[in-house]
Amino acid sequence: MSGAAALEIAAMVAGVLLVAAAICAAVRIVRGPSTPDRVVALDMLSLIGVAVAGLAVIVSGSTAFVDIALGVALVGFLAVVAFAGFIERGAIRADESEDAP
Amino acid sequence: MMDWIGAFFLVFGAAVCLVAAIGVLRFPDFFMRMHAATKAGVAGAGLVLIGIGFAAPSLEIAIKIALANLFLLLTIPVAGHLLGRAGYVAGVPLWGATQRDELSGVLSRGVFDRPVKNAGDAAKPGQHAAD
Repeated sequence: MSGAAALEIAAMVAGVLLVAAAICAAVRIVRGPSTPDRVVALDMLSLIGVAVAGLAVIVSGSTAFVDIALGVALVGFLAVVAFAGFIERGAIRADESEDAP
Repeated sequence: MMDWIGAFFLVFGAAVCLVAAIGVLRFPDFFMRMHAATKAGVAGAGLVLIGIGFAAPSLEIAIKIALANLFLLLTIPVAGHLLGRAGYVAGVPLWGATQRDELSGVLSRGVFDRPVKNAGDAAKPGQHAAD
């Protein structure tokens, strides 16, 4: 097996693993049970997004996706910091009163 | 040879990402989930990026990947720290089997109106010793 073919198969396997990881994080976002749990799962999803943007370099052959990985790595952090500030100040209720009786 | 090393890092990093996501899904309380996401998640994404660097070797990509890894290592721990503090202050319940809370009395905690039951609250290892 040549190196290029091995790389293609590895990219496919890694893609399947990353999709499974994204599904796990999405289930945690749906389940909660509290707002910080959801924000942690969002953080995890943005990290998976960085990895997927990296994989796109191999699959598509275009190196522009490295810039996308760099951008997602920076922006995901801002979202989490903003949510943390809102939760700490009480602007977002951590125990989600909207579905409480 | 570089292709093989790149393939190894791609699969290894994706597997670490999957382990981190399973941790986010399965760990019993918020603070453990945060550790899984911030430690194993950064390791997984960083390893996948390093694999890209081996698979498509050029100086430009290497610099961008080094930058992306640096930003991940700098920013995700800060985000995790802030989020953990916010969760503690908001009053996210600890797992039932937690032995000690070093922050009690240091930070004030809110109280949830509605009790949140963490998965695994029933399995308290401390209680077997007491029985």
